[in-house]
Amino acid sequence: MARIVAAMSGGVDSSVAAALLAREGGQDEVVGVWMRLHPDGGEGFEQTRSCCSPDAADDARRVAQMVGIPFFVLNLEREFESRVIDAFTDAYLDGATPNPCQACNQYIKFDELLRRGLAAYDADRVATGHYARITQEGGEYRLLRAADPAKDQTYFLWVLDQAQLARTRFPLGELTKPEVRAIAAELELPTAAKPESQEICFVPAGDYRTLLEERRGYAGDPGPIVDAAGTRVGTHTGYAHYTVGQRHGLGVALGEPVYVREVRPASNTVVIGRRDEVAARTFTAEGRRFVAGRPPAERFKASVRIRHRGTDVACEVTLVGDDRFAVETVEPVWAPAPGQAAVLYDGDVCLGGGRISRAA
Amino acid sequence: MTVYLDHAATTPLRPEVLEAMLPYLTEHHGNPSSIHGSGRRARLGLDEARETVARIVGAKPREIVFTGSGTEADNLAIKGAAWANSARGRRVVTSSVEHKAVLHACAVLERNGFEITYLPVDRYGRVDPADVAAAITEHTTLVSVMYANNEVGTVQPIQEIGSVCRERRVLFHVDAVQAAPFLSLDVDDLQADLLSLSAHKLGGPKGAGALFVRQGTALLPQLSGGSQERQRRAGTENVAGVAGFARALDLVQADANAREEENARQAALRDRLVDGLLALAAVELTGHPAERLPNNASFLIEDVEGGDLVAALDLEGIEASTGSACTTGSVDPSHVLLAMGIDEARAHGSLRLTLGRETTTDDVDRMLDVAPRVIERLRGARAEVAATASAAPA
Repeated sequence: MARIVAAMSGGVDSSVAAALLAREGGQDEVVGVWMRLHPDGGEGFEQTRSCCSPDAADDARRVAQMVGIPFFVLNLEREFESRVIDAFTDAYLDGATPNPCQACNQYIKFDELLRRGLAAYDADRVATGHYARITQEGGEYRLLRAADPAKDQTYFLWVLDQAQLARTRFPLGELTKPEVRAIAAELELPTAAKPESQEICFVPAGDYRTLLEERRGYAGDPGPIVDAAGTRVGTHTGYAHYTVGQRHGLGVALGEPVYVREVRPASNTVVIGRRDEVAARTFTAEGRRFVAGRPPAERFKASVRIRHRGTDVACEVTLVGDDRFAVETVEPVWAPAPGQAAVLYDGDVCLGGGRISRAA
Repeated sequence: MTVYLDHAATTPLRPEVLEAMLPYLTEHHGNPSSIHGSGRRARLGLDEARETVARIVGAKPREIVFTGSGTEADNLAIKGAAWANSARGRRVVTSSVEHKAVLHACAVLERNGFEITYLPVDRYGRVDPADVAAAITEHTTLVSVMYANNEVGTVQPIQEIGSVCRERRVLFHVDAVQAAPFLSLDVDDLQADLLSLSAHKLGGPKGAGALFVRQGTALLPQLSGGSQERQRRAGTENVAGVAGFARALDLVQADANAREEENARQAALRDRLVDGLLALAAVELTGHPAERLPNNASFLIEDVEGGDLVAALDLEGIEASTGSACTTGSVDPSHVLLAMGIDEARAHGSLRLTLGRETTTDDVDRMLDVAPRVIERLRGARAEVAATASAAPA
């Protein structure tokens, strides 16, 4: 009998995904796995709620008990620290905007869990509670947006390749969030009414500045805020505290809203601009990957999304060298931020993407 | 059919034990402190149980304090004796391979101004009695060393350590939780002043333990309340649990010859298991080769994460352990293995197999049949990860 690993975070989505697989029965034996990704606070510590806290492990275990599947904890703290947390702080110190959920998918869920976890549990596939769909056409796997466009998570999944898709299942791909909650309520899962987790699991209260200080000794060194012409218009608390597109916390009053346009680590400078100056019609991306394993063409029409829950903009993509592609959009996109993903679609099909490059 | 090889974690309840408990869960519902007939009937069960435990450890009934667990017995012994004798001194000596119940109780004392000496061990996990003698100062009031280690099964030279303590007039606590099903528990032979026991490690129920407290040993209670247990442990006694505990202890310990026979049977199975696993590449026995509990086979398995191996074995119907509790997936390697000089990376590959009364040759052979395949699979996956990592662009 084939065995499938259900990655369980303790949230409602992965709980329902595991429950659906277990209910399906028959072909697959389901094994629930909660990944421990960062340490708790030690003796007598009261854990705050986060998707990867021991509280979440308790919830995941209760769900596994209720749906009648074995449950294990897989410790991936070391891997998560180097591939996700360190990459996160690296990005800020590099003046870029990190993409930790994508890194977690790429290196933890669909890499470490797939390989090490599958060896431990002798399983051949892994299932998660992501909202996305996988189809197979003529021996080729395709990654499709979720049926519920409001929940679609392909923005974080474009890094998956054919081998990974072949071993992955997304049981929630055809469902809407209300349907998922209804199933959880019907099965009386303890996670049914859990609030949506929005913050980054290892950044309490979204305070990444403290993380930079604690992990990298970066306390911030004040420096100039300049406008497009290079005129100093204010002082910032340290370049790594700012990301492209940011509006709040600049302390600059120029009579109209201004936004971070560029972060320059070398000179500890933050460049701001008016709304129209922060938008762009062209940008490039690096580290390109295509779900099919190859690009559709050297030059092709697609739509591009540059942030989760962002809008798709029609564009033309041109491959550059071995690793990059240039994007030209039909209308300006708001604040392409270096480090964030530019994900390419053909309708509902996620083609792949790349990391937005620093402006040349 | 599941093969259970985790008797150091807990043991199945023996049918005779359940039988001894049932009356106190059904008709004899009284509180042993009550004056009336129901109370007196419950008190009878408690008194009989206390006599049985006292007889087995060679003590007087009044020297037995029932507790809720082995952990509670350890806490009462260490915190209780250290505080009660703190006017004489605030130094405690223990070993670096104790159970967390002892180590964390000591850590609490440390935070309250006590000085704790954690004795080193040799590569097999043994404490040197000469180190105990050297660590005792005029301010030392208590020495605590376990009888046998819960992870690697190494048996300590308890009598020699007991002699040192007696000679230096220092209280000696022995955590005998793991040793109790197998070794002699005579507190005078061991020269112990305090000795901890747990019911569920020897065929009894969870939720019952005991502390032997030599007459005249001052102890500060850790639970305040009624006058139960001669004012050393407040709270209505778990009569059924205690009755089951006494029955279980009597079953394993009353007849020394029968105990030794069962020890020899388990040791033979254990050796079969050890020989079979050591035949695999890069597998090593941990703990003392001879001075170890007859049911303990513990290993380091190179290039394998112990937790993954235990999960993999479970899905094959074999229940084992990494050696220490890790249900929330703590990544910290065993403090016992580290104290034995094993480096952190290798300590992650720990596997503990502990046999019991119902373990058969078929169980051992099943493990020997499954283990090579599972270990090979896990090593293969790790090699694949390493190969991919080194092939990935910088």
